[in-house]
Amino acid sequence: MAALSIRALSKRYANLEVLKDIALDIESGEFTVLVGPSGCGKSTLLNIVAGLDRPSAGTIEIGGRVVNDVAPKDRDIAMVFQSYALYPSMTVRQNITFGMECRHVPKAEQDAAVGHVAKLLQIEPLLGRKPSQLSGGQRQRVAMGRALVRNPLLFLFDEPLSNLDAKLRVEMRMEIKRLHQRIGATIVYVTHDQIEAMTMATRIAVMHQGSVQQFADPDTVYRYPANLFVARFMGSPPMNTMPARLEAENDGPVVVIGAGRPDELRLRLRGYDAAAPFVGRKVVFGIRPECIAEGSRTFSSEAPVLVEAPVELVEPTGAETMVLLRLGGEPAMARVSPDIRPAPGTSAAFALDTRRICLFDPETERLIA
Amino acid sequence: MSNAATMRPGRPALPEWVRRLPEYLTIWVPLLLSAAHLVSFSLWTIWISFTPSTLVPVAGWVGLRNYTAVTASRNWQIAFDNLLLFGSAFVLLSAATGLILAILLDQRIRGENVLRSIFLYPLAVSFVVTGTVWSWLLNPGLGIQKLVHDLGWTSFKFDWLIDRDMAIWTIVIAAIWQSCGFAMALFLAGLRSVDPDIIKAAQIDGAGPVRTYRRIILPSLWPITVTVVVIQLQFAISTFDLVRALTNGGPGIATQLPALVVYDLMFQRSLLGRGAAAAVLMLLILLAVLLPYAAWRYIQRRRGAHA
Amino acid sequence: MPDRSFAPTRILIYLAVFLIAAAWLAPLVVVVLNSLRTNEEIAQGSMIGWPQHLSWSNYAAAWSGFCVAETCAGIRPYMLNSALVTIPATIFSTLLGAIAGYAVSLWRFRGDNWIYGIVTLGLFLPQQMRLLPWTIVLRDIGLINTLTGLVLIHTIQGLSFTTLFCRNYYVAIPHELIRAARIDGAGFFRIFWRIILPLSGPILIVTVIWQFTHIWNEFLYGVTFTTGQQQPVTAALIALSAAVADIPQHGVQSAAVIIAALPTLLIYLLGGKYFVRGLTAGAVK
Repeated sequence: MAALSIRALSKRYANLEVLKDIALDIESGEFTVLVGPSGCGKSTLLNIVAGLDRPSAGTIEIGGRVVNDVAPKDRDIAMVFQSYALYPSMTVRQNITFGMECRHVPKAEQDAAVGHVAKLLQIEPLLGRKPSQLSGGQRQRVAMGRALVRNPLLFLFDEPLSNLDAKLRVEMRMEIKRLHQRIGATIVYVTHDQIEAMTMATRIAVMHQGSVQQFADPDTVYRYPANLFVARFMGSPPMNTMPARLEAENDGPVVVIGAGRPDELRLRLRGYDAAAPFVGRKVVFGIRPECIAEGSRTFSSEAPVLVEAPVELVEPTGAETMVLLRLGGEPAMARVSPDIRPAPGTSAAFALDTRRICLFDPETERLIA
Repeated sequence: MSNAATMRPGRPALPEWVRRLPEYLTIWVPLLLSAAHLVSFSLWTIWISFTPSTLVPVAGWVGLRNYTAVTASRNWQIAFDNLLLFGSAFVLLSAATGLILAILLDQRIRGENVLRSIFLYPLAVSFVVTGTVWSWLLNPGLGIQKLVHDLGWTSFKFDWLIDRDMAIWTIVIAAIWQSCGFAMALFLAGLRSVDPDIIKAAQIDGAGPVRTYRRIILPSLWPITVTVVVIQLQFAISTFDLVRALTNGGPGIATQLPALVVYDLMFQRSLLGRGAAAAVLMLLILLAVLLPYAAWRYIQRRRGAHA
Repeated sequence: MPDRSFAPTRILIYLAVFLIAAAWLAPLVVVVLNSLRTNEEIAQGSMIGWPQHLSWSNYAAAWSGFCVAETCAGIRPYMLNSALVTIPATIFSTLLGAIAGYAVSLWRFRGDNWIYGIVTLGLFLPQQMRLLPWTIVLRDIGLINTLTGLVLIHTIQGLSFTTLFCRNYYVAIPHELIRAARIDGAGFFRIFWRIILPLSGPILIVTVIWQFTHIWNEFLYGVTFTTGQQQPVTAALIALSAAVADIPQHGVQSAAVIIAALPTLLIYLLGGKYFVRGLTAGAVK
């Protein structure tokens, strides 16, 4: 059953269109992450799903019921906010029970529910405290408790980790993922952090300028970005993209970078049949940094393509070394082994994994192959 | 943990607007009453100022006759001149005193809280009380002059209260006593909000205390100064109680102010049309102060938004 | 400016501050001392002087024996009038202002900016523009020369201030709090009662102090819309001065002035911090 269906949804403020024709179907038990840069409309979309904002057009179904005209409290949802939005004057226990109090749930039932959730999140010792007496991570946990206790059809998370420091953020990220695996809830999670999206989601919806650019599982989004925006937004550092030409040689298509230059780079493509109509035309060539490595690396049984490239800058991070180099005159980042330290200003040999190249149409910016 | 949908009590569903009627009423009734009385009362008073109303409001149109009658009257002319003198003297002196007090209190002196309370307490007292008390102190037969005479200096003279030319200054004195604490409080808040790092930087640059104040701290206070001046002017324009209690417009009509003229025309001479015209004139004087201020604030905010 | 060095300039600073402070306190001291002197003693000397022997009788006379106009009940009835106007008007205007400020700042509704803008214009509109219309309205609804009429006026006019104060305080409350509560199923009133009101302590104190001080000290409406026994104490003080112009009784008058000023002075002493906050909040309109 689809837990959430959004159809032909758009939102306009005066003459500004912040959401354009959004359509998403989210299955029960899925962990969907809406990711995109700030201002892409993801939070507006979440607020519309929650009923805190009204769409200009389109329908929203939660659990098979159209909820466009249903008040937030009756939508069978729960929400965790960026600022946690804990009620400052209430204790942790009251924060968690406030929703049940509003729905006139009997006291005994409230207590049982609080006990269950407090145990699940290990916040039992905090129940008598006020939010101001809690640390950031504890507040985060209470905010999740307040959502969990409703046992809703749909959980909505609005950038819940962005107020935590880096270390806690990683911990809570794992905890939320574990929680999802344990209770199998349906979650819609908004973030601007592509790593959160990659690590937690079962499916990612990448948003930009009010529309969904791609809606797919993390591997697909990473491996086959639907367009240049997704390619450059997902991954850190992002995919290297550069202008190129596609030419035909006797045994298949060849992508040429820096055509006509002395350091022109020609790469033979295998298994890129979809690119055939673009032979003889300009394309955008995309390659992930980890697909450019030191010359001794082998990516597969096949012998890698070796290129000689000038090194401009070297950034050792400890776990790996990032190298800024030039391919056919175009700048590109490479991810090499940590002990490899080519000297800037010299040339070095690099291995390219040509099976994982992406080609984009420069006009539409869409993925060709 | 029960499903929200199933927990709703089985009441017959009322239309949304009926269910929310109490909240609409609580939001709108007070706000509408407040807004409506402001708009309708202003328009009504403006309308009356163009009618021949005397004892009771009557319809009719006399053009600007009420206005010309008011502005031609000696009462209003004296009141207007007094307002110019009182307004500028009071605002300048009270802002200056307030600024001096704020700078003095900013020197990390002992007992700052007590001293601040002393400069602010007159604000808690009504103008009627202030005026009454100062009318005693400034009364030559009762107050300071009498005290000095009793002490032996019999040629001492401090009789502004009964001096036609100087009486307006007694109102300036009482008004400063009453409200310069307000200027002090705002200036002190401004002084305290100067970034301490900037002051440290100035000290490292070798600036002494005087130079630091003159070049670094005081220039940052000018937005507050504008606010202080505008609020004090607004107070000066509507001054009524203080004069009633201190001089009651006297001696003769030497300390007449517009607010007293309005009251006199409306409720003592029952010339409603003229009284309304005088009230509208007061509003115009106020607008002459507030509109440039609003424009200035608007420009400041625009600039702030672009910075 | 921090400068802790002990130098002649610091002695000068202290001297200046204490002299000005003494000047600021002098009127209060003079009136307090006078209230303890007999009328005869004042008549012999000036109003500025040390009491030869303490006489508390002025207070008794001022409170309940003194004649204002034709009635001789002291200022007690007028104090009562002021209390009966000030307390209800303060409560009503503060509560309504808190709800209005809450609605305008956190519960956006159609036209809220417009109506809020008009309401705040009330901070600037001179009272003289409203005197005649209020006279007519009060007469038509039968509240002229009643305390209820004054309560009505001060409640409606006070809304401009109370709404502004509360709105400026509430805009700092994160909107997510309201959203969370709406998802929890709380409505307009429950959110106000359970979430906003518990956070409102400081601003309610500021507003109550501000309104109480203003309404208690108000004179123009009191003298315009009420007469005789219905007048608040500010108007009665003026009437008192007029009544004793022939036979000065400055000791009793001083005691009356002190009694009349006492409620707001006490509130100032108890809530000084909030009093100042109200002043500065009112300034940043």
